[in-house]
Amino acid sequence: MDVPAIELVALTKCFRNAKKPAVDSVNLTVSQGEVLAIVGGSGSGKTTTLKMINRLIEPTSGSVRVMGEDVTNRDPVILRRSIGYAFQGVGLFPHMTVGQNVGVTLRLLSQASECVSKRVDELLTMVELPADEYRNRLPAELSGGQQQRVGFARALASKPRAILMDEPFGALDPITRDGLQQEFRSLQKKLQLSVVLVTHDMSEAVLLSDRVAVMHEGEVAQVGSPHELLTNPVNDYVAQLIDTPRRHSDFIESLMRTAPGEGTQ
Amino acid sequence: MTPKLQLLFEQLPDLLGGHLTLAVPAIFIGVLISVPLGILCVKSAAIRGPVMSLVSLVQTIPSIALLAIMVALLGGTIGYWPAFIALLVYSILPIIRNTIVGLESVDPAMREAAKAVGMRPLQQLLWVELPLALPVILAGIRTATVWVVGIATLSTPVGAPSLGNYIFSGLQLRDWQRVIFGCIATMTLSLVLDQLIAVIEKSIQSRRRVSLVLATCALAGLVGIGLAPGLVTPDSAGFANLLGQREGVKEANDLAESTMTLDGQVIRIGAKGFTEQFILAEVLRERIQKAGGTPEVLTNMGSTIVFDALAKDTIDIYIDYTGTLWSTVLKEADPINRISMRAAVAGRLLDEFGIALVGSLGFENTYALVTKRETVARYGLSQIGDITPVARDLRIGGDPEFFGRPEWQRVRQLYSLGDITEVGMDSTFMYQAVADGQVDVAAGFSTDGRIDAFDLAVLNDPKQAFPPYDAVILLSPEASKNKNLVHAIEPLVNRISVTAMRTANRLVDEGGETPKEVARQLFAD
Repeated sequence: MDVPAIELVALTKCFRNAKKPAVDSVNLTVSQGEVLAIVGGSGSGKTTTLKMINRLIEPTSGSVRVMGEDVTNRDPVILRRSIGYAFQGVGLFPHMTVGQNVGVTLRLLSQASECVSKRVDELLTMVELPADEYRNRLPAELSGGQQQRVGFARALASKPRAILMDEPFGALDPITRDGLQQEFRSLQKKLQLSVVLVTHDMSEAVLLSDRVAVMHEGEVAQVGSPHELLTNPVNDYVAQLIDTPRRHSDFIESLMRTAPGEGTQ
Repeated sequence: MTPKLQLLFEQLPDLLGGHLTLAVPAIFIGVLISVPLGILCVKSAAIRGPVMSLVSLVQTIPSIALLAIMVALLGGTIGYWPAFIALLVYSILPIIRNTIVGLESVDPAMREAAKAVGMRPLQQLLWVELPLALPVILAGIRTATVWVVGIATLSTPVGAPSLGNYIFSGLQLRDWQRVIFGCIATMTLSLVLDQLIAVIEKSIQSRRRVSLVLATCALAGLVGIGLAPGLVTPDSAGFANLLGQREGVKEANDLAESTMTLDGQVIRIGAKGFTEQFILAEVLRERIQKAGGTPEVLTNMGSTIVFDALAKDTIDIYIDYTGTLWSTVLKEADPINRISMRAAVAGRLLDEFGIALVGSLGFENTYALVTKRETVARYGLSQIGDITPVARDLRIGGDPEFFGRPEWQRVRQLYSLGDITEVGMDSTFMYQAVADGQVDVAAGFSTDGRIDAFDLAVLNDPKQAFPPYDAVILLSPEASKNKNLVHAIEPLVNRISVTAMRTANRLVDEGGETPKEVARQLFAD
């Protein structure tokens, strides 16, 4: 069996002056080519867990292994360049053009400028933004969905095997979000990316991931496929959380069964 | 164009050059110091506290005092360096403060994004934080530019030529055209520099390469002009020298006839910033030129600055007044009579500073209480003591400095003038104010031409409350060893009477003649 893409072992983070650990002994494994969603409310520790993977935050104890290697043995800067990162609120640099944003990691890896611009055009085409049209624009001139595409292109620039995503679809309107989610899934399958996706939206997690980890107050409450969580939730919190998408779809279904006009009487 | 305006324009290249030489490098080096310092302050709280306190504190020192302090700190060196350093110090605060504010206003998410895409700390700073903070930093640089260009006018009194020469000499000569000319030139320079930086800022933001390159070239050109010392000769930028240039050819002829005892040696003449000193500097220039020397004149120097410069051999010769030396240099409180004071000052200057007092020019420029002839008639005044009974009803005008001086305290005490009302004003205005009846008495100077011009009466001082202010020629320690120089200026001793000096001052102040012309007339015989 292949080494897991990402492996978290007893990962713990205590912030100074905090009574309780933000992340408490988390064990998680992401196989190669798998999407793992971490779902939880605010303050559940999901983003902190994500940031410990590429050492934006250093753990208090426990360890992170990426492709079998303990990340503490690696230069954190080199590590970050090898892992794609898609941000909450996109995080494009406003003073750089679309092309410069996408190519930033490549330039950091000091690739020759012809190689960088060739790869940038390739990436923009991949996220369906015609390179000639978009390369020299500033992020502010783009719509939210287009900015998110640029964000993906940037995360994929250095051909990473693993990608970390923090609420990447959070700020988008539902139709744009739906379209982008589909594209993300097909891209992920095509490139066989290993992904950790942090979201508070269980529907998103169910739709996009192979497995879901539910975090609550710094601990992992349950890990499993969406099916396992639905059929066998370990506690009420998980049950309630996994139930939301179903309740939403049930409600929508009932609306559709209701004849027009009936609902108003 | 009037000849007067033409003269002002003729001086412009040199004075503008002097101004640029000071201001542009000061701002440029200010940026090189302040931006890194600002970055350090953001990165380290331990540095930030002390740096910001120090910089803010220095900024509160009045600029003219800071310039004078720089002269003292540099051991009496006058001219370019003290002015440059003071301006540099002034440019730091706005730039450092805006660098800090600019960097701190960078969205923390941007900093995290920079880190997450794999930037090292220096790359985060150069690729993300500084570019995002740039508009705020540039705003600080623009503020500093406007400040520095304005304050650079104050470098004239420390012996660095600038557009301030127009303003200082204009104020002394009461030539408002000159003052306004200096102000307009300074404002224009300030606006041009400010707008150049604004263009650079806009072209960075809108990515217009061409205008960015053009504006940067223009600014670099100005820096170049400012930094190229060969383009600006400090001597030709001196106020008095320019007045003399037109007569250069004639003087060259005179020179051939005289005995060339000084053999082309450069003799640096200092002068304080008022009419009489301008004229006396020209008198000295003429003597030295006649003796075959090459005089250089630095006018508008501060009173203590010119003395320090002499003591340090930065200048060779200037005229000072015994009473001033007695109180400000020798720190003596009570005056003694004129002859003893001259002897005492001569002895102590030689002992303590190695400075030689060659002799008196023959007149005193002491404080004199002056008043209108009508006032004399109405109150029956002939001497200061006659004011005492009516002091309660009278107003005395004078330089604010005068009312703080020990001389005035002595006069008030000896003649019981405690009830008189003091009205502080610039000395330029006080004779007019007395003539118009805005004040009843003015604390003027005995050689001031305006005493005659406004037909004012001088009140006698029988109790000798005012110390004697004998005009004396001083030579620096180095210059006093130059026998030829001493020989060249000795003929000036006891050659100028108080009335001759007063007339000479009036011809410049009221008659519109140049100090150079008047200096020649003083020795027409």
